[in-house]
Amino acid sequence: MTRASGARRAAPLLLPAYAWLALAVFLPLSAMAFFSLVETIPRAGEPWVPTLAHYRAFADGEVYRTLLLRSLRLGIEVTVICLVVGVPCAIALARAFAGRARETLFLLVILPFWSNALVRAFSWAIVLRGGGLLETGLDAALPFDVRIDLVHSYPAIVIGLVHAYLPYAVLTAYLAVQGIDDALIEAARGLGAGRLQALARVVLPLAAPGIAAGAVLVFVPVVGSFMEPRVLGGTAGTVYGTLIEDQFTAVYNWPLGAALSFVLLAVVLLALALGAPVLRRTGA
Amino acid sequence: MPPSPRPAAPIAAALVPATLAAALALAGTARADEIRVLNWKGYGTDEPWALEAFEAATGHTVVHDYFNSEQELLTKLRTSPGAYDVAMINVAFTGQAIDEELVQPVDVSMLEHHGALDEAMAGSPLLNRDGETWGVPWVWGLTGLAIDESAFEAPPESLGVMWEADRRGRVTLRDDALEAVQFGALATGQDINAIEDLGAVRERLAELVPQLRAYWSSENDWNQMVAAGQIDVGTYWSGSAARAKTAFDLPVRFVVPEEGAVGWLDSLTVAAGSERVEAAHAFIDWMIDPEFYVRWDTDTGAPVSANLEAVAALPEDAFNRAVMGDPETLGRVQFQAPVSDADRERYVELWQGLKADVD
Repeated sequence: MTRASGARRAAPLLLPAYAWLALAVFLPLSAMAFFSLVETIPRAGEPWVPTLAHYRAFADGEVYRTLLLRSLRLGIEVTVICLVVGVPCAIALARAFAGRARETLFLLVILPFWSNALVRAFSWAIVLRGGGLLETGLDAALPFDVRIDLVHSYPAIVIGLVHAYLPYAVLTAYLAVQGIDDALIEAARGLGAGRLQALARVVLPLAAPGIAAGAVLVFVPVVGSFMEPRVLGGTAGTVYGTLIEDQFTAVYNWPLGAALSFVLLAVVLLALALGAPVLRRTGA
Repeated sequence: MPPSPRPAAPIAAALVPATLAAALALAGTARADEIRVLNWKGYGTDEPWALEAFEAATGHTVVHDYFNSEQELLTKLRTSPGAYDVAMINVAFTGQAIDEELVQPVDVSMLEHHGALDEAMAGSPLLNRDGETWGVPWVWGLTGLAIDESAFEAPPESLGVMWEADRRGRVTLRDDALEAVQFGALATGQDINAIEDLGAVRERLAELVPQLRAYWSSENDWNQMVAAGQIDVGTYWSGSAARAKTAFDLPVRFVVPEEGAVGWLDSLTVAAGSERVEAAHAFIDWMIDPEFYVRWDTDTGAPVSANLEAVAALPEDAFNRAVMGDPETLGRVQFQAPVSDADRERYVELWQGLKADVD
């Protein structure tokens, strides 16, 4: 069977998914691309005026760059924490547990997926605030006076986002570690490698592509996040995502909001493109 | 959706008192319509008891859609012509709505209670143009300070309390460029409608931002922060403060500072493209009825009615009659005038810059 005829046979299988993707991704994105290039939202009976002013606004506006850098920093911090916490967890799940125990632990990891994101954020607000669950609990458990009032601060945003995106890091790393042939690790141990050495020289390099995929899955949405910063961040919650949200919901400057979104898309793609060779090398 | 007479209508018509039925027949509104109302959430028009009574009296049912900013209101009217029948518009934005043909003229002869409205408000040039009336003044109120009473021995008299060192981290301000800038204008002793020294406003607000706990954008945000003991003082709307106290039993008190407060007037309009004009008028009339207003203010908490008879019908010690009706208070109020697009853009830029500088 040739490759071409295989593709032809696969067409009926692929068509629904790709038709849906074309509709769901391409249409809204092109509408936004169009909005980002016109002066104001076109109204019935009025001609639309093409302009690059909204992209120029980004280039000229220090505010936009400051907020974009802040969001990128937030993305990196949350991603690093997710990996530091998530990868050991994934290795343990894949190699140290089996059967029922693994299923139960797995369930605990993906539990956050089952609740609504907004509900999660508001729950954190209740837990983290002064007089909230965390403060009351720790105060009762510890002999000294505990005062914790984290809500409306930068750490609160990080906590909320790590909670929301940790499952991505764990799941992708788990799949990668799970796929490693036991024989390779046994061979490493047989040739005299210690546990840590086998981990560092065999398991991590082989799992790197999966870990990298998890990092991307966490980084991209976190850079554009707006709900968690708004709910948990207070005055520290002004980030690039809330700036875009404001353009759509409060200021009603859709064209500027669309342009800012595309700048974010470009920056994220650029970051991934720059990171790709590094990731491939570690993966090889 | 085109209006269609529903089978329940004749039954409902048979149930309402004979006089009302006769009045309806005279007005030619024997048909029951479903009207679409666009307003802030929880702002009078969606009081369930009022809608039930309205339906019982007229047969019309009411469906709501909400907005979170005036810009959103205008955009909804622009992008969905004909989808709404009644829109609640701050009169500072009515001019823009008329220019863009988003509203249609109101026939005041169809409004029984129009004669009782404050003449200056009903006759405002912001609502009347080219010999037509474009909106009915509904309620007015103030943007001033509200405090958590338990955090103060005596209510503060000056806006300056927001900048006091010992209130750091216990202050809130609405996340809205226009409101923030106009508040800054009050704090720097300027005319909110003709700000000459925007630099001074920026400087004063920049000193305020580090004082803030968080921004608020809905009544819920504000009330939650007070309930959680996170704030002592913040900008708030007089009607919202009344609701926080009456409906949610929070220790909230509204203060009109000596520097003044921002006054606003909200109007009810008939949206352009509405085909249920008679039902829309009937609903607007219902909303300016003293009977509705007194219950709204007593049960839930409301701003001040533009209907003088409605305010006079309040208990004598009611905040909206005793304090808001006081000429001394009114003397300190600066009423919002329309804002040009150019000014609005400058304000948005200033506000975004202030928010981004925080760390």
